[in-house]
Amino acid sequence: MKPASPFLELDEGPRVRVVFDGTPLDLRAGANLAAALLAAGVQTLRHTSVSGAPRGPFCMMGACYDCLVEIDGVVRQACMTEVAEGMEIARPRAGEAGHGA
Amino acid sequence: MAHSDLAVVGAGPAGMAAAVTAAEAGLSVTLLDEQPRPGGQIYRDVDRAAARRGDILGADFTVGVRLTGALAQPGVAHVPGATVWAIEAGWRLLYTRDGRAAEVTADRVILATGAMERPMPLPGWTLPGVMTAGAGQILLKQSGLVPREAVLVGCGPLLYLVAAQMVRAGVPPRALVETQTKAELIAAFRHAGGALRNGPALAKGLGLIAEIAGAGIDRHTGATDIAIDGEGQAEAVRFRAGGRVHRIPARTVLLHHGVVPNTQAARSLGIAHRWDHGQHCFAPVLDGWGETERAGLFIAGDGAGIAGAKAAEAAGRLAALQAGRQAGRLSRGQRDRQAAPLRAALSRERALRPFLDAAYPPHAPALRPPDATVVCRCEEVTAGDIRRYATLGCTGPNQAKAFGRAGMGPCQGRYCGLTVTALLAEANRQSPEATGYYRIRPPLKPVTLGELAAMDAPARDAAE
Amino acid sequence: MDWDYAIIGGGVVGLSVAWGLLRRDLRVAVIDGDDGAFRASRGNFGLVWVQSKGMNEPRYARWSQRSAAAWAGFAEELAERTGRSVGLEQNGGYDLHFSEETLAATVAKYEELKERLDGDYPFEVLGHNALRKEEPAIGPTVVGAILHHQDGHANPLNLLMALADDVRRMGGRVLTGKTVTEVTKPDGFRVACSDGTQVAAGKIVLSAGLGAAQLGPRLGFRAPVRPQRGQVLITEKLPKMINRPSLIARQVDEGGIQIGATNEEVGLDDGVTQPGLSHLAAEAIAAYPALARAQLVRSWGALRVLSPDGLPIYQESAEMPGAYLVTCHSGITLAAAHALTLPDWLESTGAAPDLEAFSEARFAVS
Repeated sequence: MKPASPFLELDEGPRVRVVFDGTPLDLRAGANLAAALLAAGVQTLRHTSVSGAPRGPFCMMGACYDCLVEIDGVVRQACMTEVAEGMEIARPRAGEAGHGA
Repeated sequence: MAHSDLAVVGAGPAGMAAAVTAAEAGLSVTLLDEQPRPGGQIYRDVDRAAARRGDILGADFTVGVRLTGALAQPGVAHVPGATVWAIEAGWRLLYTRDGRAAEVTADRVILATGAMERPMPLPGWTLPGVMTAGAGQILLKQSGLVPREAVLVGCGPLLYLVAAQMVRAGVPPRALVETQTKAELIAAFRHAGGALRNGPALAKGLGLIAEIAGAGIDRHTGATDIAIDGEGQAEAVRFRAGGRVHRIPARTVLLHHGVVPNTQAARSLGIAHRWDHGQHCFAPVLDGWGETERAGLFIAGDGAGIAGAKAAEAAGRLAALQAGRQAGRLSRGQRDRQAAPLRAALSRERALRPFLDAAYPPHAPALRPPDATVVCRCEEVTAGDIRRYATLGCTGPNQAKAFGRAGMGPCQGRYCGLTVTALLAEANRQSPEATGYYRIRPPLKPVTLGELAAMDAPARDAAE
Repeated sequence: MDWDYAIIGGGVVGLSVAWGLLRRDLRVAVIDGDDGAFRASRGNFGLVWVQSKGMNEPRYARWSQRSAAAWAGFAEELAERTGRSVGLEQNGGYDLHFSEETLAATVAKYEELKERLDGDYPFEVLGHNALRKEEPAIGPTVVGAILHHQDGHANPLNLLMALADDVRRMGGRVLTGKTVTEVTKPDGFRVACSDGTQVAAGKIVLSAGLGAAQLGPRLGFRAPVRPQRGQVLITEKLPKMINRPSLIARQVDEGGIQIGATNEEVGLDDGVTQPGLSHLAAEAIAAYPALARAQLVRSWGALRVLSPDGLPIYQESAEMPGAYLVTCHSGITLAAAHALTLPDWLESTGAAPDLEAFSEARFAVS
C-alpha cells in the first residue's frame, strides 16, 4: 500500500469502514468504490488469471472489467459499485486456481 | 411486467433528450441507465458535480443539468442502476438492478449507449495507474479526484479539456505527450470551412490550449515510440519527440486518441455497420431519423457515430419525434416542424468533425501495435498472436477469437475489437469492412447465473 | 492433378481427415468458408464422449469407443508436432440425474448395450453420497450419476488451432473465405469456388457440415443433415470446482464453467434466447448450487449437424466415385478416428474399418 494517495481529493464527507484484501480502510460513504480505493492509495485491484499481471481501474465507466473485485462472494466491477459500510472486498480468486494459460 | 411505448437505453444527452421529447409527445417512456444518477459519461453525475465544482468543469458540463432536470416528468420512468444485458426482438429488454434480473417490454427502442475511448494499446498500457483520459475526467466529475503526478498521452480535444480542468483544480499535469504533428494540423485546415460553421466550438478549443500554455505545462507534439514503464504500476512515460528520447515520471498516465461508438447492443441485434474512414471506426447504418434496418429500433448519439454532446441531444430528439410519429402521437407536420431546428443544430455540430478528425488522427502505432503489445486486455492476447492467427487462416475476428481467446473475456471485446479487426485487415490485405467485427451476443454485460435462473419459467412458477 | 484430395470444409472434421491423409504423405487441399460461416467446430461443447452414444446401434458405440481410445495418442502426437496442448482429460464423465426413475431407466439401457458390446462398457452408478465424495460441489437434488470411465473432454478450440497449424506445416493447402459453387468430374475432380478459384484433385471429401445439405445432392449424396441449435453458456474463470465433465457442465482448462446445451429445432437460427439461457442456468445451479453466484460471461448458439438417426454418415458417391461424404454430430469425439482410421477407408487399405452401418443406405428413399 502506498503511503500517500496519488490523488488530490476535492470532496469531504463521512467515512465508513470497509475491508479490502484483509486491510481495513475508511472510505467515503456512497462514493464510487474504484475511485475511493484509488484515493486510498490502492492502485492494484486484482491480478489476471492468465499471467498474474496486476490491474487497476482503467475506464471508470463499466466497460473494461479491469477493476473486478469480489464483494460478498460475487465478482463485480468496483467502478459500478458504491461504498457501503462493512463491505468485505477481496481480490478475485480465479487467479489462484492454478488454471494456467 | 412493465410495458412502455418506448424504451431508451442510456441516460446521456441523447437518451435523456429522447426520453423527454417522446414523453412530451405523449409516449410512455422507460429510460434504463446503468449509472446511479443520470448524465451519461459527458454529464456524469452532473446534478451533484455542477454544484460542487462547476467552476472547474466549465459551462459545457454544467449545462447538462438542463437535461437531467427535464427528466422529472410523469411520462418518463427513469430506472437508474439498470444494466441491460440482453435485448430481444419484439422488444424485450432484460436488465439487472440491485442484484436481480428484470425486464421491460416496449413497442420501440432507442439505443443511446454513447461512446467509449478508442483502445490505445501501447507497451505498458495494462499497468495499474494507466487509465483513459475519460476515466481521469470521470474521477474528477463524479468523485472529485485529481491525479497529482499525471502525464496525458495521445491527442484530441478531450486531452486539452482534461488538462485545463486539472489546471483549474490546482493540480496541473506534468506534461502533455501529444501524438499529432504540426503537419496534420496544417493539413486539417482544408476542412476549416466546416469548422468555421461552428465558430464557438473552435474558439473554446483555442481557449483551452491557451489555458494550458498559460499554466506552463510541457507539451511534446509528434511523439512516437511511446511506452509506459513501471514495475507493478505506472512509473514513467517514455517516448521520442523532437529528435530525442524523453522519460517523464508519472504515477497516473491518461491515454486518449479519440472516442468511438459503443456498438455492442446494436451488434447483438445484428444491425449492419459500415466502416467510417474519417473516424476509423464502425458505425451503424441508419436513416435520417436514426432508425435501423429493424423497424422500431433507433440509435442516437455518439453510439451512431461521434459528433459530441450537442449533436447527441439533437439526434435523440429526432429519433423520439419519429417514434412519436410512428406511434400516431405526432402528425407529420408536428414532427417536421420540431425536427427542422434539430436538423440544423445537428448539421452545425457535425460540420466541425472533419476538421477535428484530420487534425487529431488516431495514433497510428496504437491502431496496429508491435507484436509484443497486449491488445486484448482480458485474455492478454498480443498483436503478434493476432498476426499469427492470420497465417493460420483467420480471415476475420471470430476465427481469431476461437484460436486465441481475444474478445472472450468479460469486456466482450470492447477494448480489443477494433484493434483485432485492424490487425487482421492489414495481415490479410483486406478492408476493415470485409474483415468484419466480433459477433456480439448476450449477455452484453456479465450477469450471474442465479439472476438468469430466477427468470426460468418453471422456477418462477414454483416461486409464485 | 494438383492434389490427391480436396477436402470441402475446414472445420474439425475436415481438418482431422486432412491431417490424417497428410500424415500418410498424400497431397491435400482444404477449402474453407468465411469468418461468419456456421461453424459447429467453434461452438461445440468439447466432450470426448462415449456414454449414451449408439444406444440402438452398438456399432456407433464401438466407433465412438475406438475414437475415444485413440484420442490420447492423437493428442500427444498433435502436441509433439505443434507444441500446442489440446487439454485432453479422460478420467471419466457423468450423466447426472435428478430422479431415481430416470437414473434406473438409463442404467437398464446401459446394461443392455453393455451386453451387446460383450461387456466392454465400463460404467458405475454413484448414489448421491458417493457422487458427493467425487464432486463436493454437487447439489442436494442430484440423486446420483452414471460415471462412465471412457468419457472425457478436451479444449475444442485448441484442437481446431492445432489441426489448422499442423495441416499447413505438413504442406496442406488451406484456402479460406471460399464458397464452393460447383464440383465436376471430367477426369479427376474439379472444385469451383465463387471467386473463380479452381481446385483439381483425385478424390474429394465433403465435410462441410450443414453446407453438405446443399452441395451433397449435386455429388450424388442424399446428405440428409439438418441443424439443431444448442445454446451454451460459459462463466467467468473460477477456482477448480468441477472434477469430471457431464452433459450439464464442465470446467474448461482456462477455469470457466461451460454449461450446455439446449436442443432446439429452429432451422438456421444460431441466436441465443433469454429462456434458453435461464433454463440452462437453472439446471446448472441445480447440479452445482455454488454456480448461482458465478457471472455468465459469454453465451452462444451453435448448430449441430444431425442426420435423421443422429449417427455419422460415411458414404462414397455412386454417381461420382472418389467423392466421399463425411459428416457427424460428434466431430470432437470422433476426431481421433477421423485422423487415424478414416484414411484407411478413403484409401481402401487392408486396415479399412467397416463403416457399412454409417452408409446412406440406411435412409429409406421416400
